[in-house]
Amino acid sequence: MSILKPDFIKPVGLGAVIFAALAFLPNFVDNYYMSLAISVVSFAVLATAWSMFSGPTRYISLATVVFFGIGAYTVAVLGEHMAFPLVLICAALAGTVIAVLVGFSTLRLAGVYFVIFTFGLTELVRQVVSWYEVNVTREMGRYVFLDITQNDIYWQLLALFAILLLTGFILARSRLGFALRIIGEDETVAKHCGIDVTRVKVALFVLSAVFMTLTGAIMAPRWTYIDPVIAFNPMLSFQVVIMALLGGPRRLLGPLLGVIPLTLLFEVLTASFPNHFSILLGCVFMVIVYLLPGGVIGLYEKYRAPKKRTLSPPDGNNTTPKSEEKAA
Amino acid sequence: MQISAKLRIATIAAATTALMSTATLFGANAQETYRIGYAISKTGPGAPGAATSTTPNYEMWVKEINDAGGLKVGGKQIPIEVVEYDDRSSSEEAVRAIERLINQDKVDFILSPWGTGMNLAVAPILDRAGYAHLAGTAVTDKAPQLAKRWKNSYWLLGTGEQYAVEMAEFLKGLKEAGKINDKVAMIAVADGFGIELSKAGRKALEDRDFDLVYDKTYPLGSQDLATIVNEIKSLGADTFVAFSYPPGTLGLTEQSRVLGFNPKIFYAGVGTAFPLYKNRFGDNAQGVVSLGGASEDDPKIADYIARHVAFADREPDRWASIVNWASLQSLQQAIERAGSTDREAINAELAKGGFDTILGTYKPGDQTFWQVGQWQDGKFVGVAPTSMEGAHELVFPKPEWKAAQ
Repeated sequence: MSILKPDFIKPVGLGAVIFAALAFLPNFVDNYYMSLAISVVSFAVLATAWSMFSGPTRYISLATVVFFGIGAYTVAVLGEHMAFPLVLICAALAGTVIAVLVGFSTLRLAGVYFVIFTFGLTELVRQVVSWYEVNVTREMGRYVFLDITQNDIYWQLLALFAILLLTGFILARSRLGFALRIIGEDETVAKHCGIDVTRVKVALFVLSAVFMTLTGAIMAPRWTYIDPVIAFNPMLSFQVVIMALLGGPRRLLGPLLGVIPLTLLFEVLTASFPNHFSILLGCVFMVIVYLLPGGVIGLYEKYRAPKKRTLSPPDGNNTTPKSEEKAA
Repeated sequence: MQISAKLRIATIAAATTALMSTATLFGANAQETYRIGYAISKTGPGAPGAATSTTPNYEMWVKEINDAGGLKVGGKQIPIEVVEYDDRSSSEEAVRAIERLINQDKVDFILSPWGTGMNLAVAPILDRAGYAHLAGTAVTDKAPQLAKRWKNSYWLLGTGEQYAVEMAEFLKGLKEAGKINDKVAMIAVADGFGIELSKAGRKALEDRDFDLVYDKTYPLGSQDLATIVNEIKSLGADTFVAFSYPPGTLGLTEQSRVLGFNPKIFYAGVGTAFPLYKNRFGDNAQGVVSLGGASEDDPKIADYIARHVAFADREPDRWASIVNWASLQSLQQAIERAGSTDREAINAELAKGGFDTILGTYKPGDQTFWQVGQWQDGKFVGVAPTSMEGAHELVFPKPEWKAAQ
C-alpha cells in the first residue's frame, strides 16, 4: 500500500481541509439549513457505503434500512444505560454480527434472487423486532430521550462520512480492493486467480453494513420515538439505491453526485408541491433514467473519455470501457 | 482519485442553482396575516388517519375564521394564511418540515401532525423554538411526563391506560350488577396502540377480578380474524374486547356477525367511532362499544357534526376529531384573548385554559371527554365515565346480529 506517496497525501489532505471547513457550517446557517445538511450527509454516508459493496460486486442490496434500523434500535435500547460512544460501538457490533450472518447465507445468491432476499430481509427483521416487543417487552414504541443536539448529529455524521471516504480511498488501493475489482469484472476469473470470492464479498458487505448501522444510531436521537414501522421503512433503501445509481456507484465520490441534487430536489418538491410530490418525483425519475442512464459520473466519463486517451494515462481507479458497457 | 476542475465546478454550480431555487421559493409575504403551519401525512401509512381526524378539521377551522374576516386581534381582523407540507408518514420528514416551518417560513403557530410517532418526533423541536404543541392524535402512557418535559405541549388524547381503566371500571359495574360473567376474551393489534391498551387492560381487568380466558395479539394489517373469533366463541365469555385498528375492527365485526358470535358486550377498537363503521354495518352497529363517544344531543356537538358534513362531505369521527376541534377553538380564543400575535402571550393564554368549546369549558389536555361510547340508533354516544353529564344508559345486552344488508 502506498501510504506516504504524494498521490495519497494530496487528496487526503484536500479532503481533510474540506471536512474541517464543513465542520464550521453550524456557525453560518440556521437550524433549517442544518437539518438539510444532516439529510445530505446522512444520505451521503448511506449511498457511499451502499456503493462500496454494490458498486464493484453489482449486487443490488435493498437491505440498507435493515442496518439503519438496527442502529436506531440499539440506541433506543441502550441509549439511557451507557455513554453514547459506547452505544455506537455496540451498534457497530450488532451491525457486524447481522451482516456476517446475512452475508454468509446469501452472498452465494446472484442477481435478482439477492435483490428479493434483501427486500424480504427488511420485512423479516421488522417482524422479528415487532414479535419481540409484543411478546417479551410488551411495549411497542421506544423513547429516545438523549441530550444530543442537531449540531452534534451533524458533526458525528460528518466524521463518519470522512472515515468512510478514507476507508474507501485506502480500500481502492489495497489488495482487497483489487480483488473486488476482479470479482466485479468476472467472478470466474477471480476464482481462478485464487481469490476466496465469498469471503471478500462478505468482508465488504460487513464493512458497508457497519457504516449504515452507525448512521441509524447517530440519527435515532432526532426522532424521540421509534417503533418498527418508523425504523424499518423500506423507502429509505430505495432512496439510497436511486441516489447511488444517479451519481454512479463505481467511483468513490460518485454517489455524492447523486445525493446532493436528489436531496435538494426532494426538498424543493416537498416545500413547493406538498400535494403533488409523488407524481413529480416519478416524472423526475423517468427523466433521469431516459436522459442519464449512466448516472452523473457516466456523463462525465463519456464527456471526458476522448481527451484522456490523448493527454494522460488513465489513473488507477478508472474502469475499462468494456466494464462501463457492462455496467450500463 | 483525482477530480477534474470541470467536474468540481459543475457540482458546485448544480448545488448552488438548486439551493437558490429553494431560497426563492421561500419568499416572504408582506401582507399582514397570521401564519399557521402544519406538516401532516398526506401520503404513506398515516394518510387515512390524518384525513379522518385531523386535516378536515384544520381546513374547516381556517375557512370558518377567514370567512368571518379573520382572527380578532387587538381590534384588528387578521386573516389566517396556511403553510402546509406532507411528512410522507416519515419521522425524519416531519422533523425537517417543522424545522422549515420554524426557520424558513417563520410561521406564527404550528398545528400538530398525525399519530403518536410523528408528534413525539416534532415535540422537542417545537419546545426548543418556543412553539406550543397541541398534540391532537397521540396516545401515550408517557403523556403526563411529556407535558412536564416540554412545558408548552398538550397531549390531548391522554394515555392508553385511561381508556382501558375506564372500560374495566365500567365492566366491573356490570359484573357486580350480575349482568355479565367474569370471563373476558381480549385481543389486540400488534402495534403501539394495541400493545399499550392491552397491557393496561390486562392489569385493570385482573385487578377487578376478571378472568382473561383469551389474551392474544394479531398482526397489523390483518383483516381475516375468523380463526380467532371461532376460538373465542367456545370460551363462554360474556365480554369481548378488541383493541384493534380500523382494518381489524371492520374484519372482526364482519366475521363475528357471519360466525354468529354475539357476546353481551362487544368492544372493538379504533375505527368503530368512524362514520365509515355505521355506513358499512348499518343496524348491526347497534350496541357495539368502543373508545370515544360524542354527546350528540348537545347542540354544540350536533352543530359541529353538521358543519363538518357540509364542509368535508362526511361526518367526523367521534373521538379524536371532537377533541381536535375543541383544541382549535381553544387556540382561536387564546389568540383573541392575548390580543396580539406574540407567541409567548398566546402560550400563556393557552396554559390558563377556560375556553368555551364543544367539550364545554376546556383546557387543552383535559380528559373531559367520553372514554367509552356505544352505537345507539345511528349515534355514537358516550356511556362512561358514568359520572359525566349526558351519559347514556348502555344498550344491554348487545342485540342479535341481523343478516347482511
